[in-house]
Amino acid sequence: MNSLGKSLCAFWNSSIGKKIVVAVTGILLVGFLLGHMAGNLLVFAGREAMNDYAYFLHHMLHGAGIWFARIGLLVAVVLHIVATVSLTLHNKASRQEKYEHEATVQASRSSRMMIVSGLIILAFIIFHILHFTVRVDSGLADLKDPLDASRHDTYGMVIAGFNVPWVVLFYVVAISLLCSHLSHGIASIFQTLGLRSAKTEKATKALSWGITILLWIGFLIIPLTVLLNIVNDKEAAGQAAIENSAVHNLTGYRPSLNQVPSAE
Amino acid sequence: MNLTLKVWRQAHADDRGEIKTYEANDIPEEASFLEMLDIVNEQILEKGDDPIHFDHDCREGICGMCSLNINGVPHSKEKGITTCQVHMRKFRDGDTIWIEPFRAKAFPIVKDLVIDRTAFDRIVAAGGYVEVRTGSAVDANSVPISKPDADAAFDAAACIGCGACVAACKNASAMLFVGAKAAHLNLLPQGQPEKDKRVLGMVRQMDAEGFGNCTNQYECEAVCPKEISADVIAKLNRDYAKAAVKEAVGR
Ligand code: HEM
Ligand code: FES
Repeated sequence: MNSLGKSLCAFWNSSIGKKIVVAVTGILLVGFLLGHMAGNLLVFAGREAMNDYAYFLHHMLHGAGIWFARIGLLVAVVLHIVATVSLTLHNKASRQEKYEHEATVQASRSSRMMIVSGLIILAFIIFHILHFTVRVDSGLADLKDPLDASRHDTYGMVIAGFNVPWVVLFYVVAISLLCSHLSHGIASIFQTLGLRSAKTEKATKALSWGITILLWIGFLIIPLTVLLNIVNDKEAAGQAAIENSAVHNLTGYRPSLNQVPSAE
Repeated sequence: MNLTLKVWRQAHADDRGEIKTYEANDIPEEASFLEMLDIVNEQILEKGDDPIHFDHDCREGICGMCSLNINGVPHSKEKGITTCQVHMRKFRDGDTIWIEPFRAKAFPIVKDLVIDRTAFDRIVAAGGYVEVRTGSAVDANSVPISKPDADAAFDAAACIGCGACVAACKNASAMLFVGAKAAHLNLLPQGQPEKDKRVLGMVRQMDAEGFGNCTNQYECEAVCPKEISADVIAKLNRDYAKAAVKEAVGR
């Protein structure tokens, strides 16, 4: 191995090096979350805005753009998980004999369950991708935009998808755990990268909580307003889709009412 | 005052060890915590049993030899003091007190509450020093140092190497100790020539000793008898990143 390769290996194998990988991938993931949340909020701007945005994402750089983003995110998530799982296992091994009487002075509850919140987030990410990206539910996959039947109806899919109470419940739990993860995680980034000090402690904490609360509200307001029928689908086809998807989810029954013939 | 003690007893390094209960009666409240253990040990000795072994030396908070997790917290829940400086007036008559050794894979138990902290010595030997010409003392003020740097270096140098940071950390990480020992020299002009070598060497030795990784919970800072700030950990992270990059690109 050349010396650069050796140095990279030494970096990855060191405790601080791996933590820096966690922090840098954490920044990428938080950045993605902020962008994703902003895009999602277009649901409040209506069907056209939302579907235009979805169309844009799928067609930027002739469709290559979204794959760059997906691959980048996948690499970040995989590195984040491999590093954190390995760090966590190492940490467990560093104190084989537990205290009989253990006390905690100032570590937050969130900071003590990072691996648990992280792994549940992972389960959620997989569910979420199957739900809205791969769309294993063909009731959601086959929806066509009533304004332009040649494209998928992302707006209708969101409304239909979030009209299922247990799905919304899972989103609430998972996003809340994500925010618990970030309440410790974002402040941690500054320390891990050596950018925090007692002087900036207040500012980093405030920023960390600010972003966390923003994400919590920004992500959860969508499923909740949809479930409470504050945001709904006024076009008839969409309305049928809501019922069908909800019915389908519980019974597997799926009439073809909502399926505007595709243009292909 | 009368107390119930729950004390970790372990005959030798390979013994399984267990918590044993002792009644400590008629303890004067002006006794220090270690004097309280001395009194209990006298009673144990009178019965012909093996006294409780624990580490201590100066008993005035400067050597870093005393240890003990007291009710789950290294050096007790009192802020900024070592176990030898804890007084029994901080407890109430009738209290139950849990007394355990500092626990970490890198700090093997020798006997009862006595632990082996030589891992710290090996970390210091891996870079926690400056190479200077000895024999002729350098004039004290020949190298100017700004007051804020001198103060920060002094704060870091206050570390007595007791290991409470490791004991308190959920991951048995030694980052506060290593951060303090590295910062103390890295902040000073005298420490500059070997700065990168020092940081890489000390962090690698720390990892090799089997300490855990920092998860930024600052339990260490909360229990440090010298109240060393977790800022030294941020600095260690920063200095390590810089040194690793320089090493990768061949300086
Ligand atoms: C969208 C997904 C995620 C985001 C935005 C995220 C964000 C973060 C951030 C910002 C940090 C702090 C980095 C640092 O210590 O400096 C972190 C740490 C961590 N993450 Fe994640 N994470 C995500 C997913 C996951 C997953 C799927 C796991 C599962 C293994 C996980 C496990 C951890 C663990 C164990 C830590 C270390 C905690 C610590 O040092 O206290 N994360 N994460
Ligand atoms: S015995 Fe020296 S510091 Fe406590």
